[in-house]
Order: sequence, then C-alpha cells, then structure tokens
Amino acid sequence: MSEIKAVKKDSRANSGLQKSQFIEKLRNFRELNLIIIIAVIFVIMSFASPYFLTWENIEAILLSFTTNGIVVIGMTVMLIVGGIDVSVGYTMCLSMCISGALFLDGWNPWLAGLVGFATTSVIGLTIGFFVTKVKLNHLITTLSMMGILRGLCYIITKGTPLSLYHLPDDFKFMGVGKIFGIPFAIILFFIIAIICDFLIRRSTLIRIVFYVGSNEKAAMFSGINVDKIKIFVAVLCSSLAGLAGVIYMARFTSATPTFGQGLEMTAISAAVIGGASLTGGKGTVFGAVLGITLLQLVTSSMILLNVNPYWQVFITGLILLTAISLDSLGQMRKNKVKYALVSKSAAPVGSIESGENNKQSGQASL
Amino acid sequence: MEPQAVLDVRGIEKSFGATKALRGVNFSLRRGEIHALVGENGAGKSTLMNIIAGVFQADAGEILIDGKQVQIKNPHEAQKLGIGFVHQEIALCPHVTVAENIFISEINNSKKFTVNYKQLYERAAEILRPMADIDPRAIVGDLSVSNQQVVEIARALSTNCKILILDEPTSTLTESESVALFRIMKSLKEKGIGIIYISHRMSEVFGECDRVSILRDGTYIGTYDISQTSPKEVVSRMVGREIGDMYPEKNGNASGGPPLFEIRNFSDGIRFSNISFELREGEILGLAGLVGAGRSEVAQAICGLRKKLSGDVYYKGEKINISSPKDAIKNGIVYLTEDRKSLGLFLELSIKANISAMKIKNISKRGLVQKALEDRQAQMYVEMLNIKCGSIDKLVSSLSGGNQQKVLLSKLLTVKPKVIIMDEPTRGIDVGAKAEIHRLLRNLANEGMGIIMISSELPEIIGMCDRVVVMHEGVINGEVGLEELSEKKIIQLASGI
Repeated sequence: MSEIKAVKKDSRANSGLQKSQFIEKLRNFRELNLIIIIAVIFVIMSFASPYFLTWENIEAILLSFTTNGIVVIGMTVMLIVGGIDVSVGYTMCLSMCISGALFLDGWNPWLAGLVGFATTSVIGLTIGFFVTKVKLNHLITTLSMMGILRGLCYIITKGTPLSLYHLPDDFKFMGVGKIFGIPFAIILFFIIAIICDFLIRRSTLIRIVFYVGSNEKAAMFSGINVDKIKIFVAVLCSSLAGLAGVIYMARFTSATPTFGQGLEMTAISAAVIGGASLTGGKGTVFGAVLGITLLQLVTSSMILLNVNPYWQVFITGLILLTAISLDSLGQMRKNKVKYALVSKSAAPVGSIESGENNKQSGQASL
Repeated sequence: MEPQAVLDVRGIEKSFGATKALRGVNFSLRRGEIHALVGENGAGKSTLMNIIAGVFQADAGEILIDGKQVQIKNPHEAQKLGIGFVHQEIALCPHVTVAENIFISEINNSKKFTVNYKQLYERAAEILRPMADIDPRAIVGDLSVSNQQVVEIARALSTNCKILILDEPTSTLTESESVALFRIMKSLKEKGIGIIYISHRMSEVFGECDRVSILRDGTYIGTYDISQTSPKEVVSRMVGREIGDMYPEKNGNASGGPPLFEIRNFSDGIRFSNISFELREGEILGLAGLVGAGRSEVAQAICGLRKKLSGDVYYKGEKINISSPKDAIKNGIVYLTEDRKSLGLFLELSIKANISAMKIKNISKRGLVQKALEDRQAQMYVEMLNIKCGSIDKLVSSLSGGNQQKVLLSKLLTVKPKVIIMDEPTRGIDVGAKAEIHRLLRNLANEGMGIIMISSELPEIIGMCDRVVVMHEGVINGEVGLEELSEKKIIQLASGI
C-alpha cells in the first residue's frame, strides 16, 4: 500500500516538473518570437542597405533607444500595476527644461540635473496622490498632467529651445562619452535594464506590484497597502522619465520645450509588444526592451531606406496592432475559446484546459 | 424510452482534446417532472447541459425531443426547440430594462426597424405576474439577485420552452427566496414543463425533485425515483465510495472551554450595532442570519477591511488594535471572503503566487523572492489540502471552485492565523471537496485555531458548528448551544422572532 503511495507521489511530482518547464517555455515563447523577428529584420536590412551593418549605424540605433528605453521600463511597471501614464513624454521634457534653465542660470550642471530629476519625482508623487486619494483614474489624471507639464516647459524656457553646448565635458560624457568605444549611454541603459529586469522577476516589492495589478481588491484583502504601491509606481515611472530627460540633455546639449510628443505611444507600444497587458498583472523588462528594440530597428531601417516619414508613423502603428492581435489570437487558441479574456474577474466561460486537468476547468458549475 | 419523455438523450460522448468528459451518457426527462442532475465537479453535468443547450456538439450519441431525433448546432436552435437554460451565474444585461432582457433574442432577430415598447412591457408583465412582482420597466441591475433569477426564468419561458435547465439556482438565494423559486418551479411543472435541476444540495434534491440522475467521472451511474433512495445513497454513488458521516465529529466540550477570541460592542452605525460575542477554544462558532443581516460586514470590520464606529477585539484576554487589514493579519485574525473570484484570488496569476500573496516574507530573503521557497511552500499546501492541479505554476483560473477555495485557504494559512473568520466557505463547491474542507476546519479547531463560520446553508451550520450566534438586521438576536441546535430555532432567530 505504501509503495503505491510512494509511486503516486513521484509521478505527481514529475508531471508537476514537466508542466512547469513547459510553462516556462511558453512564457519565453513571446520573447523568443521577438528575438527571431528582430534577427530577421537585421538580416534583411544588412542586404537591403549598404550602410546598415556599419558600426555607426548600429551605434546610432542603440543610442536612439537608450533614453526611450528608460522611459519604457518605467511604463512597463506602470502597466503591471494596472495603470498608465500618458504624460511621460512631457515629464521627460520638463526635467530637461528645468535642468537646462537652471544650468543657464549659472547652476552646477549636476545639481541642475538633480533638481530636474527630483521635480519629476514630485510629479510622480502628485499623480500618485490624485490616483489614490482623490480616486481619479490613471488615464484621466495623466492626461490632465500633459497640459500642465507642457505649459510649464514653455513657461520655463520662454518658448524657445535652450542651447546648452557649453555644458562641461564630464557632464556631456553621460550622453556622448565612450568607454572602450561603446557609448556610455548604451552601457548605462543596459545596466539599468538588467537591474530592473532582475528586480521585476525577483524583488518582493515588485511581486506585490503584480498582485495589485492583477486584482486590486484581492490585494487589499491580502493585507497589501494598495495606495502605497500605486504611489511608488507613479513616482518610479515619472522619475525614470526624468532620468531619461537628463541623459538626453547631456547627449544633445539642448532642451527643447516641444520635445516628447508621442513618446507615450512608443513607450506603451514597446511595453505591450513585449508582453505587458493594459489590464495589469503582466509584463517583463526583457520583453519591453525587445519591444523598443523592434520599434527603433524598424524606424531606423525606414530612415535608411528613405521611406517617406509619414509612412513611418503608419507602420509603427501597424506593428503594434499586429503584435497585440497575434497575442490575443494566441491566447484564444490556447484556451480554445471563441473569445479571449476580457474582464479580469471572470475566467472565460466555456473555456477548456486541454490535458489532464480538463475536469477542473472554469467555473464552479461543471 | 418513456412515452412521456420530452427529452431523451442516449449514448452521448464528448472529448476535449485528450480528455473524455462524457462516456456514453443517457438521460431522459418527462413532461412535468423536476429531474435532479447531480455529480461532483468535473463529473460532466455542465458539459451535458451545454450539449443539450447547443453550446457544444457531442462526438457521438443522439438527442431526441418528443421522440424525434434532432441536431442542436447552436444555442439559437436549442431555443427554437424549446430548451431554456438558466445559468448559475446571472447572464443578463444589467443596464437595460427587465422587458428588454426577457425579449433579448426576439429583439435581436427582429426584422422590424423599431421596437414596440408598450407591447413589450405588457407581454413581459404577463409572463412575470404569476412568478413575482417585478416591474418590467425596472433596470435589471437594480433588482435583487433572486429577482434577477426570475427574469432569467422569464426569458426562458418567453420562448415557450418545454425543457428548462436550472443550474444551481439557489446558490445565491436566501431561504425565503429559494422557497419562492420552488413555488415557481411547481407551477411550471403543472404546466407540463420538464425541469432539469442541477444542484449540490441534497435537501433540495429530496425536497423538490421527482427523480435524480447521477453522473460520476463522465459516466452515467443511473436514474432513481426520489422516493426509493436516500441522500446518503445518492452521495455515495456520486462519490463512488461509502460516505461516512456527512460531517466530522464535533468537539462536545468545546463550548465550555476558556475564551479564545472576543469582540465587544462592534457598531458601524449603518449595517450592524452592538455586536458582542465570544469564541471559545476548540469550538467552531457559527454566525447565522439571513442574507443582509450584516454578518459579512461585522467580519470585515473585525479584520480591518471595513470601517467601524466602535468595537474592541480581544485575543486570549488581551486587547488588540486593528485599524487596517495589515494589522489584522499581523495579529493573526484573517478573513476568508465569500466572493473568492473577485475579492480573494488573483485569477491570472499562478497557484503558487496566489498562495504566497498574504505573507511574501515567507518566501523571500533580503527583498528577493526565492523560487525554491515559494515552490516548496505551494507544494506543501497542495499536499496538505489535497488540491487537484497539474502543477503549481498553472493559473488559478483553471481550477474548479473547490480547488480554488483550497488555494484561498492555503493563502490564509501561510500567515499562521490564530482566528479564521470564513464567509460561506463551501459555496458552489461539490460534495467531495466540501467534506474535505469541513474535515480540515474541524482539525484546525481541534489544534487550537479559532474558527468562526458564516454560512447561509443551514445543514452546514448545524453539521459543523458547536454553537451559533444568530444575527437579524444588524443586531444579535440570540445564541444557540449544541443541545438546542436545530434548523427551526435558527430560522426563527434569523427572522427576528
């Protein structure tokens, strides 16, 4: 009798292990897909344009998404918590304008940069306050912030771009300096990305962010301080945008008050292509980085191929639509339903799990 | 085949991928009978009903209606054949009127450009009148759950159905609302409509139905006349083994023991006032009352999930300060919500992530989650509570109600609670899982954990609790000890008598 028990236990553990390996593979499936697509475009482009495989071009592509990439990371965490921040472009612009203006006023550029960055953290705090205490939703709040931030940028710069070319070299190093031939900015970005990816997968605090994004009420019932988490994420998102702004300023030695329009679309697209969901509870930094890589690669390639710039915007939108459609269809096929998961608190009616757990599927009524 | 069979189903087979959900199932329904369909979760009841209702197609077998073989390719065809289905989860449009919901199919298929609302309301009123007093112009979302159910039935009736399928209709109803439903069912029966009644509640099966059919693991076990069988027999056949006593043995001395947990003077000014009671060591205390009596509200206030105006909490004689859910959890007072899907579980996350949610510190070191710790913790609870799942990485949405509830319970157990207040712990759960959870609760109580059980299922209260506190409209109306514990006494107190 006990032998049978032992055998049963073993096979259960085994099948458990097999299943979890399979699910790991499934999760990486999406990221694998992206890597393949990026590789394919890479190969095609190296034949399509003689300039593509040059170091200058690769460097330019990488540089172009370092600052955007930082914003995307912040947006990913925001999406995981179930929120959204459409003002990131203007937040990034604000930190640039404040830092630039202060520098022109005679401030130490590092101090100026710090103040610019700190301001964006305060912006994040404000967004967090309105979302948690005044109970506004993320979209409306950040939508309103767009106007406020843009206005501030104009006010601070008096409407004209600030020329900062006499920024000291040690500051400019952040943007244009190189270590062993690799731009510092790229190294900085990858360091930030690796740290954030690790934190998202392993940090306790970020795990709690997933709980809040997946089911806010259940998180509250589990003793999680939902307000604190939402404020934290809002501050993180805006601060990362602020950091990106300072680096951008160091690279281009200018602060333009008109900068940032449309950045939120790029950031959201990259995050969603990389696996984040607009309903919250999902997302990875690795996926988001792949997403922004894909988008920037396509944009840069179009420039190299002399594609009409209007078509570029069109194609970027098309990529996003394709990515999320493939994701939705894939989800439906996996669950074998006629429609995919729409609401967060209901499992798909009539959904069937193929395999040995069919009997445990779906709702209580079976 | 019985001559009066309005529905006859033979040899139905259905597989989903590699799993066989139904193996050669037979079923027949006579005109004017209430026929219960019972079986554990996963037995195939829903699949069978979905095939009859046109949602799925059978792989093999035949369906005959009034003796004629039919093909039911989709729900619309099922409706035309006179089959009506009232689902367990209300499937109405809450922002739209009653009449519009009743005639939703007609309006959808109407070739006319406009809707004649006056006529619509009149016809709706006619169908509703014999059942309940519902205004056809009322917005469905404003109705009570039981009235919404009546609207669902009215919708089925509006299509002149001869076969009505009711899936666990009383799971969200109070005692009196259930009685009203049974009255409606009787009048439909008299009109010659055949009713298939899916339920887990033996008291209803034996109280209202004429025959009972049993499914187990996709196999048809048999059909029996209610008068010629007993609940114990039916449950044994459902489960495939002898069921001992339905409920675990009680701890006879418990209520005389020292006080473990006490609340005094809980009031919130709206839903409950002046609530005080004691929980003694080793006992399971029941908190009974009608739906809306304020029991969940009191429980949530105790656990910091709801604001209160006044109230003190004592554990083993010492006062505890609870002003947030985190305080309660830190002090070991936890609440098992009645609404596991929207308030308790993270449906899109894995089983193991759900179990870790309440005390992340258990599985993390230096601010980082340790996969090995999390896996080990989840495996431990899967074994302890016998949670049937393929792997702990599976999404919790793929589990049945009973297993989901076990995951939720595991989550609470990770904080090593001192007192668990459970709200409707076995709602919507099949007999097998129910018994397991009951046994677990009794073991926990015997080991010194305080268990307070809120339940609207009288048999459960009588079967599980050593002592019952009864609430009525926000105040405590009485307490019933082990010796006088009876359904009648509880209903009396719950109704304010």
